[in-house]
Amino acid sequence: MNSCTERLKNGIITENPTFVMMLGMCPTLAVTSSAVNGLGMGLTTTVVLILSNAFISLLRKVIPDKVRIPGFIVIVASFVTMIQLLLKAYLPFLDSALGVYIPLIVVNCIILGRAEAYASKNSVVPSIFDGLGMGLGFTFGLTCIGICREILGAGAIFGIEFIPDDFHITFFVLAPGAFLVLAFLTAIQNKLQMPSATNVEKDDSLSCGGDCAACTGASCVANKGIIEAERAAAKAAKAQAAKEAAAKAKAAKEAKAAAEKKED
Amino acid sequence: MNLFVIIISSMLVSNVVLSQFLGICPFLGVSKKVGTAVGMGAAVTFVITIACMITYPIYYGILVPLKLEYLQTIAFILIIAALVQFVEMALKKFMPSLHASLGVYLPLITTNCAVLGVAINNISDGYNFIESVVCGFCTAVGFLIAITILAGIRERIEYNDVPKSFKGTPIVLVTASLMAIAFCGFAGLV
Repeated sequence: MNSCTERLKNGIITENPTFVMMLGMCPTLAVTSSAVNGLGMGLTTTVVLILSNAFISLLRKVIPDKVRIPGFIVIVASFVTMIQLLLKAYLPFLDSALGVYIPLIVVNCIILGRAEAYASKNSVVPSIFDGLGMGLGFTFGLTCIGICREILGAGAIFGIEFIPDDFHITFFVLAPGAFLVLAFLTAIQNKLQMPSATNVEKDDSLSCGGDCAACTGASCVANKGIIEAERAAAKAAKAQAAKEAAAKAKAAKEAKAAAEKKED
Repeated sequence: MNLFVIIISSMLVSNVVLSQFLGICPFLGVSKKVGTAVGMGAAVTFVITIACMITYPIYYGILVPLKLEYLQTIAFILIIAALVQFVEMALKKFMPSLHASLGVYLPLITTNCAVLGVAINNISDGYNFIESVVCGFCTAVGFLIAITILAGIRERIEYNDVPKSFKGTPIVLVTASLMAIAFCGFAGLV
């Protein structure tokens, strides 16, 4: 069970999706106007992440390599639909607060990233714990941002108001406040030199920055296509060069043979 | 008149990036240079407009008659993924020059939540075919406007003396925040 606790720590602290990897920014900014919404979104994503990781890990030997991305998307989309219907039935207030961002969990890069980087290569139990760890890390990040915005904007934590109305800064619960809170949180992270995707210099030809040493493949599965195309091109060029060299050698050999024949 | 309201509100008032928070990843990721930002914006515009044209008849022509509305998310994401592949192949075959300039961005668009978000919003807002295509196109133009402005500002920031802790992502987020405040000013238009 040691590897399972390691996966949990990895998801919550070492590779925290919100603060370290900077993944899934859309829900991070959109639904964190209050701590409860952040927590709800985080837990919903966690459930989807655990279920999709478990299923993808179970089916990892069945899904052909070439169509794995569409396969993963179908699995994730099915679980998202189930969770959406369950939320509509049992937690309607959360459903109306999160709105369109529940179906959009499908395109959350954390989920596809974990499927590609971990669940498709490892057995079921570690994959479940990996999903749980990443999900809890995401929940932690969303709740932190939600708490900051709720205290500043509505003077409350989890809906319990403790600052009088006159001192609320409504700006922070509106859209611009989301960007500003995240800006200051990442700036604090940079100041304290905490590990983060933002305080490492990277080149920008790939969407993840091409930082393959530190990458778990999570930032964007699309990169794989670009890299593979480059590799295929390099291989083709090499093969072409080898072919030309062989042809040249053969021609030279024949010429030599012909010359020898002539001499005879 | 209704169409005019949709155009203004989807392009400016509820801008897809700055007030709906869709498509943040490309907004922050590919906005270092104006050229690439415009390329990404154009590719997104292209895909979103076609996606709206296709998801609408599929929802009202297949899912509603069969009472399968709950399959909306699965159906739409598959359509968008297939569409992106198809658009890429078609561009490669028929418009190689356009493919050369947009090609790199196309695979990234599948996971761009703006495409799925607009398709789902069109259905939940009950738009008709014309309205949803116009709404999709204008939302995407809103994305193009936002990412181009941000790229322009980022090119200027390169020469500014930004505090060390704010270098990189934080200053970009502060810029986005100020842009969002500016776009809040459009709220009175409709």
